[in-house]
Amino acid sequence: MIEAVQTNDRQPQSDTHWNSDGELEVLTFDLHGETFALEAAMVQEILDLLPETTVPGAMPFVGSVINFRGKVIPLADIRLAFGMEAAETTIDSRIIVIELNLQGEPTLVGLRTDKVNEVTTLAKTSSEAPPSVGMRWRPDYINCLVKRGGQFIILPNLQAIFSFRTDT
Amino acid sequence: MSMTDPIAVFRMEAAELFEQIESGLLDLTHRLDDRDQIDAVFRGLHTLKGSGAMFGFDALAAFTHHCETAFDRVRKGEKPATSELIAAVLAAQDHMRALVDRPMDDHGNIGDILLSQLQRAVEGDAPVTALVPTIQAEPAAVAVKSAGNTWRIRFSLPVNSMVNGTNPLGLLDELRDLGECRIAVNTSAIPSLDVLVPTDLHLSWDVTVTTDQPRSAIDDVFIFVLDDMQLDVETLTDGVAVIAEPAAVQAEQPVPVVLPVAAIAPATLPVPAQAPAAPAVEREVPGSNDARQAKAAENVRVPAERLDELMDRVGELVIAQSRLRQLASSSMDLQLRSVSEEIERLSGELRDTMMVLRMVPVGSLFGRFRRLVHDLARETGKVIELVTEGETTEVDKTVIERLADPLVHLVRNSIDHGLETPEERRAAGKDEAGKIMLSARQAGGEVIITIKDDGRGINRERVRAKAEASGLIQPGAALSDQDLLQLIFAPGFSTAAQVTNLSGRGVGMDVVKKTVETLRGAIDITSHAGQGSDVSLRIPLTLAIIDGLLVRVGTGRYVIPLSAVEECLELSLEEDLRSRGRSFISLRDSLVPFLRLRDLFRTGTKPDAHQKVVVISTGTERVGMVVDQIIGDHQTVIKSMSKLHHDVATFSGATILGDGSVALILDVAHLVAAGQQQEAQVRAAG
Amino acid sequence: MTARILTVDDSASIRLTTKVTLSNAGYDITEAVNGAEGLEKAKSGQFDLIVTDLNMPVMDGLTMIEELRKLPAHTGVPIIFLTTESDADLKARAKAAGATGWLTKPFDPETLVKIVRKVLGR
Repeated sequence: MIEAVQTNDRQPQSDTHWNSDGELEVLTFDLHGETFALEAAMVQEILDLLPETTVPGAMPFVGSVINFRGKVIPLADIRLAFGMEAAETTIDSRIIVIELNLQGEPTLVGLRTDKVNEVTTLAKTSSEAPPSVGMRWRPDYINCLVKRGGQFIILPNLQAIFSFRTDT
Repeated sequence: MSMTDPIAVFRMEAAELFEQIESGLLDLTHRLDDRDQIDAVFRGLHTLKGSGAMFGFDALAAFTHHCETAFDRVRKGEKPATSELIAAVLAAQDHMRALVDRPMDDHGNIGDILLSQLQRAVEGDAPVTALVPTIQAEPAAVAVKSAGNTWRIRFSLPVNSMVNGTNPLGLLDELRDLGECRIAVNTSAIPSLDVLVPTDLHLSWDVTVTTDQPRSAIDDVFIFVLDDMQLDVETLTDGVAVIAEPAAVQAEQPVPVVLPVAAIAPATLPVPAQAPAAPAVEREVPGSNDARQAKAAENVRVPAERLDELMDRVGELVIAQSRLRQLASSSMDLQLRSVSEEIERLSGELRDTMMVLRMVPVGSLFGRFRRLVHDLARETGKVIELVTEGETTEVDKTVIERLADPLVHLVRNSIDHGLETPEERRAAGKDEAGKIMLSARQAGGEVIITIKDDGRGINRERVRAKAEASGLIQPGAALSDQDLLQLIFAPGFSTAAQVTNLSGRGVGMDVVKKTVETLRGAIDITSHAGQGSDVSLRIPLTLAIIDGLLVRVGTGRYVIPLSAVEECLELSLEEDLRSRGRSFISLRDSLVPFLRLRDLFRTGTKPDAHQKVVVISTGTERVGMVVDQIIGDHQTVIKSMSKLHHDVATFSGATILGDGSVALILDVAHLVAAGQQQEAQVRAAG
Repeated sequence: MTARILTVDDSASIRLTTKVTLSNAGYDITEAVNGAEGLEKAKSGQFDLIVTDLNMPVMDGLTMIEELRKLPAHTGVPIIFLTTESDADLKARAKAAGATGWLTKPFDPETLVKIVRKVLGR
């Protein structure tokens, strides 16, 4: 099991699983005025804000932990990975709990979001690779951009974002 | 790994079978004629073969089949069990393990070599002929698709077939499934009512069926009774009956033959004379072994991860319960209060039961050492007697798993460095056989596992010389005896004048120490020249729940393992100011380095007026930790931190408090080391 | 009504396979790890079919089948045994003990279901 997963890890990082019709079911959310999307399959739960415990000495990007159903899971702020600034929480702020595969181990991680929008279906035909220049953010942290209703939805490459953090 | 995956279950099961086979074989080395063990080994091989074939471990199944066949001859008393044979089966078993672990690998011709060794061990020097080739599958029925044929089927079943579970109506249904059917029943053989046994079958049938299925489909309907029944099948072509089954027993009028099936069976035996003897071998003779196995059968096997899940649920329950208690205590509702108390009691009991569930006897761990010692004795030419004690002592399952490798290393080390050769022992006036004793006992909240040998003891001069040479200590440094002996656990240390095959495998004794420390345990050594050494591992009984001291630093709450806490002192504001710029406090007569956790954790808060110092130790080293407040004792359910926080060495884990929030658990070993390092830096800065 | 099946095998992996396969096929499964436990469970519950291994510790399958057939309540209950060998001798002995039919290991789930359906009838 684990061996197989590790092999996958070494392959070029792209963890988007379009189905045979070229569609992908996602959960969209807002961060810093941008719309992001996560594969719905990896989403475990959407939580209201709950008490956080700061982990002194941890990287700011994963600076705290929360109690998710009796498990202690890291709370990550991908804003900080993208170099944006941390933001104050609002009544719309939510935590999305996802399951990631980190070095062959399924790991639950909470993601801070400004607002959770909807579960929707994206079409591969309207997706494009992130431009290598002119982006505000590191292109290797983005799987692709999907154009929808005049705006771009960003599919972050969580594997890349989190492997970077665990490798160092 | 999911426990609904049969392959995963098979691997677990195979591991148990290997233990059963191995322990049986090792017992046999002492008593070659022990029937119970011979049967146990045979059964183990047999099950391994059967299950292996089920789950695609074909190479394993084929190889094991040969071993089983060879061993079967011992079981049947045709060949004696010899120590060569046992060694050969042990070696074969290692290959089986490899076939389970790496079924896809190319294992070369190891299997053939092992089999021929086994063959020689069974046969003496006789030519290699007895091994049966591969497992024979049931001959597959050749499906010949034919266009619609009409068959006339006349049959009668054995008179006892209904008693034995055959349902004639079911068979008729199956014939109907083949195609259009006409069925007539012949009741002429039914005896008169006064002698009729209602469960006996006296009917016979005459069926005409038109089907596109081949002839074999008809046989398939009767597959389980084919040997014992009367069956007559003809094809009807243009109304002309062609006898399709000339060999079948002809029976126009079925005769209800009251023949026990057993009476028919011997005809199929190759050597009928052997038939009566065989069952005696097959059947279990009741004995002490049975009782043990019967007891084992009462146990339920649960994957450890399920226990962890259950533990999580219990943790959540405890947390929910403490919220309920808060609500109840502020309520005037007496009924609510009484329910809350009831739930508090129940969840407490549930937690205790849960802890007990995770405990397994260390015997499962000790069992592996018999083989290790057996092999090492062969390798080194030393005569070794392994004695185990306290196998029933129970320890948390995770602890057991983590201890396996360190114990292997310690046992290897004792055998390699501790025990002398038989000649040396004779010369020293000792018994030729060196003794290795593995024991376990519980003391307070700890389990103490001891590896003791009666060998030459640790040579302290050599330890010192080696430590000085490798720069671990200053030449002539004053060390306590314990400190000197503990040097053998220092990284890169080895007392062997020459690194031998056994101990020099790149894993140092420092790994042993590290593992024990991650289990929050400690190692004690005693050694007497010429009499042997004694290494004791002291490990907390459980990893899942510890007694903790809950403290506050800034706004954060943290847990310090209570077992590491030596004492708590008040640090007055005055003393705090006086100690600014220094990193020691005087504790009675000695100076203890201390860490201000507020600074370390960068809380950005002002210190409380009455800070406290919690003095923690790892046995020899002490460090004080300045905290803002000591909240109190806390039963701490330990949760691990995710990989994303593995770089944060200050904390060994986390726990969930009564209000549902998370508190981090301080890593004592790390903080003591950090305190010592800080002390060293301050000294160097002078 | 759901047919109740007792599966008796000392091999956890085969028990699991049998259980999963037959549960998915809509049967109600009870497990036992050897002949002695199988006998006990059979005595304490009414089963429509028993699937048993032959080679087991404590009490083997042959003995269990013989013992079961001595019980009036288990007259006529179909018993399928699992066997690794296509050994005519063993098969004959199991049938003499009162077994209804057999299934040769290794087997695939479809074959198991087919055999069970065959023996249970409609």
